[in-house]
Amino acid sequence: MVHFKLNGKDVQGEEGEYILQVAERYGVEIPTLCYHKALGPAGMCRLCTVEVFDGRKTNFVTACNYPIKEGMEVRTETDAVHEGRKLIVELLLARCPNVPTVKELAARYGIKEPRFKKRDDDCILCGLCVRVCERMGNSAITLTGRGVDMRVDTPFHIQTELCMACGACASVCPTGHIKLKDITKHTVEPIPSEYDMGLIGRKPVYIPYPQAVPKAPAIDREYCMHFKTGGCKICTAFCAADAIDHSQEDETVELNVGSIILAPGFEPYDPSGDDLYQHGRFPNVVTSMEFERILSASGPYKAHLVRPSDEKEPKKIAWLQCVGSRNINQCDQGYCSAVCCMYAIKEAVISKEHSSLPLDTAIFFMDMRTYGKDFEKYYNRAKDEFGVRFIRSRIHSIEPVADSGDLKLVYASETGERKEEVFDMVVLSIGLMPPAKAEALAERLHIELDNHLFAKTQCLSPVETSRPGVYVCGAFQGPKDIPGTVMEASAAADSAMGLLAPARNTLVKKKEYPVEKEILGQEPRIGVFVCH
Amino acid sequence: MVNVPEVTEYARTLPNVVVADRNLFTCSQDTQNRIREHIKEYDLNRVVVASCTPRTHEPLFRETLREAGLNKYTFEMANIRDQCSWVHMEQPDAATKKAKDLVRMAVAKARLIRPLADISVPVNHQGLVIGGGVAGMVSALSLAEQGFKTDLVEKENRLGGQALHLDTTYKGEDIRAYVEDLIKKVREHPLITLWLRTTIKDASGFVGGFSSTLLDEEGKETELQHGAVIMTTGGKPYKPREYLYGRDPDVLLPLELDQEIVGRSKRISNAKSVVFIQCVGSRIPERPYCSKVCCTHSMVSALALKRLNPHMRIYILYRDIRTFGDREELYTEARAKGVLFIRYNLGNEPTVERKNGRLKLRITDHVLQRPLEILPDMICLATAILPNDNMALSKLYKVSTTEEGFFLEAHMKLRPVDFATQGLFLAGLCQYPKPIEESIAQAKAAAARAANILMKDAVEIEPIVSVVNTDMCNGCGICERVCPFDAIHLVELHGEMKAENITASCKGCGLCAASCPSKAVDMCHFSQHQIRAQIHAVV
Repeated sequence: MVHFKLNGKDVQGEEGEYILQVAERYGVEIPTLCYHKALGPAGMCRLCTVEVFDGRKTNFVTACNYPIKEGMEVRTETDAVHEGRKLIVELLLARCPNVPTVKELAARYGIKEPRFKKRDDDCILCGLCVRVCERMGNSAITLTGRGVDMRVDTPFHIQTELCMACGACASVCPTGHIKLKDITKHTVEPIPSEYDMGLIGRKPVYIPYPQAVPKAPAIDREYCMHFKTGGCKICTAFCAADAIDHSQEDETVELNVGSIILAPGFEPYDPSGDDLYQHGRFPNVVTSMEFERILSASGPYKAHLVRPSDEKEPKKIAWLQCVGSRNINQCDQGYCSAVCCMYAIKEAVISKEHSSLPLDTAIFFMDMRTYGKDFEKYYNRAKDEFGVRFIRSRIHSIEPVADSGDLKLVYASETGERKEEVFDMVVLSIGLMPPAKAEALAERLHIELDNHLFAKTQCLSPVETSRPGVYVCGAFQGPKDIPGTVMEASAAADSAMGLLAPARNTLVKKKEYPVEKEILGQEPRIGVFVCH
Repeated sequence: MVNVPEVTEYARTLPNVVVADRNLFTCSQDTQNRIREHIKEYDLNRVVVASCTPRTHEPLFRETLREAGLNKYTFEMANIRDQCSWVHMEQPDAATKKAKDLVRMAVAKARLIRPLADISVPVNHQGLVIGGGVAGMVSALSLAEQGFKTDLVEKENRLGGQALHLDTTYKGEDIRAYVEDLIKKVREHPLITLWLRTTIKDASGFVGGFSSTLLDEEGKETELQHGAVIMTTGGKPYKPREYLYGRDPDVLLPLELDQEIVGRSKRISNAKSVVFIQCVGSRIPERPYCSKVCCTHSMVSALALKRLNPHMRIYILYRDIRTFGDREELYTEARAKGVLFIRYNLGNEPTVERKNGRLKLRITDHVLQRPLEILPDMICLATAILPNDNMALSKLYKVSTTEEGFFLEAHMKLRPVDFATQGLFLAGLCQYPKPIEESIAQAKAAAARAANILMKDAVEIEPIVSVVNTDMCNGCGICERVCPFDAIHLVELHGEMKAENITASCKGCGLCAASCPSKAVDMCHFSQHQIRAQIHAVV
């Protein structure tokens, strides 16, 4: 341990630590623009200059890369330090008069106008980008040129394949100078958030969704730079619990079981290959799954009902039913997905409730299939009380209306007339497909699939697969809603329970509890735990 | 949204609070360890967690307390998420203030919390299934296969219910053979006791310990004990007065038409034209529900007729075709085979009459926009499915029905085969019209849920129940009248009438306590005293 004085207070740090690290731990703020916890210090911006007295003389040093020494005295806010920093900030302001971070610093140090000639640069040459890129294992960018010509660039100022567009440089840049698309040849796009149906991006280290169990971040090996280059590992520097282990491998666990229940769910139909619906081409054509995220409090727009193109509130929304269902023309989906009529009505009703403007909703359908318990009443209420319009029709095409983002629906009415109507937004009621890996799963487990690749079952044994002891429930058994799924889950459990009845309770472990403390008559001693 | 450090700091200032801590994820494993350590270190005897909802997380924290040697009911939760940070997202200052209010209320209650013991009710391992149709037989067999003795009660003199009239499933499987086999299995299973021509006369009890009195045709009564009950009382077809049904021999119901098709009757062989009318008695103001099976049934029948005679003209008059799932392929096939579909609206139904010895049907075609006249040889009316009369059972077992008379489950999504009352389950047509495959799955589901109870030696019930102070009770009986669960009764005690609680039946709703004029009834864990303290803390 190294003991020294920081602004007159006794502090201690470990051998080899720098002043800035110890100060940060003791809550003493030292300004810096080029320091990054996970990268080696560079002393580039000089803002962290502090006064050090080593017993003989006083020096001005950069706190980020000056190692702590036994008995030294560090002062971070003396007049001399302040004056020195002020000059540095003034020079930065002259170089980058329009960069918000620099302007904030200038205001803090009381500088209104720099005394030096102003330039219109936005790079302070802190070199963070270069250092982080090196840490990523790429070194795609560097500081090129000398003296006044020095700048951050790729070699020979050409876009490079070497840059993997990870975006680390842009994310650490304090001024916003780095523009990723100038550097890389790869397309720059966010990692689509699976949970938010790609409406927004996510990071390679992420918690899949707010209610995830366990609610712990996962590292996506496909995107994590460490798994591409062997570099980075910056997250480990920030994890206070030291809980990140990049060397973890997938484990194969062998279990001996008497029965298997398959519940792999479904895959939403992807309409992007469907010319008719223009999904992916017109931003305001969204799938019902995307629309669920738009409506959600935890979604990308925080439950504000807005359309993606301009984030404005729509005044008219259309739902198109049977997208990827009941269709053997554009796709090979000869079945009805069983849930879309109800969810479309629900989305229309909730949209009307959510919208701050009067909202017109129209559902374009062939047959309205509200066949479940209380579903017909819900349909009637949507029509009669909420004023949702139901239009029996076949859609011909969706066309953009100039550059407005609006969409013109052309359709044939039930009587065969050609009709048009303009909407602000179109929701595609997409169907339920078998899970993507259904075939691989079926092959591994030796079970049969039906001609649509759902698990093959008989009406008279609805949760039994073709293989004894292997049961199925939920949408993999066939498209169905939540009540049906939950019910079937119990049915599958019943089959397994019957099969395994002789083994019941043989693997049960009894939990032991400590003796309960007697508290009657005692003064209450309350502990309060508040959750963030 | 909520300034958690500020709320934590505030909590420290509240009376009897000896420690306040904050965590990023209070529900995480390391926080549970921390809570346990704090309980030990500060010798805590009450714990308050201010976080999300007790609905999902209360059991976890109670478990943590128990592991730390505290009674699990010495815990109180302040919901600063659903009731605060979520709803006041845009007003962080007000949300912080409200979070403090919520914590103050929780602490006020925690100070008065008393340890409680779970109520343990011994479980009778026998099951009772009421209704001997497919759902009832599947439920009974499932229970028996899991090793539970089961009584199966059927009011008719034979098993099978509506399935006895069905021929094949929509996938073409033989229902007759299946039902015969099922009846045989049920009859032969050593753990199943069959009670035919028997009804339920009386019932009492609660989860784990029900008692039902059976009444047979000869008037003989038998009392049975069981831990769980499954209702599978079935349904029946609506017998219409519309469209000449009952007055004209060529107007049939689907099950009647099935018999003709299976038996290759003469009039089927001679028929040149058959019309199906859908939604007869369904989806009308008087019966605003879809009977779910009729569209598929008509497709199956129409295709069978087309197989018998490809030249037969078949018309299906419908409002919406509801062939959900892969049943849609039958609809596609029917169209390919030349079955004609004509849509009608409510208020624009077809008319049927017999004129000059011929059936004559009139309808406006939805595509041609013109009236059509069809001269069918036979008309099949796809009529609604009705529940059997469940009133008596609903009263005996204190379970609810819908307006239409179907039994009502506890929660459509989360508890689709449970009744709201613990230990009671439902399956089949008595819940809602459904195809046989769904009845079977539901019957198995209900059996699994019932087995969850039957397999235990005892069920633990939360002690959040009413308690009666007999000194204060004046025997007015209001509590008995307001109790929806039959869980509080007047009994004679030293010559006076006094209220007595039946803890196992009590759901803790608090109606009795709220309506007691002499404040003789109180609720454990939600006592008047505790609630008043919470109110005083906030106003």
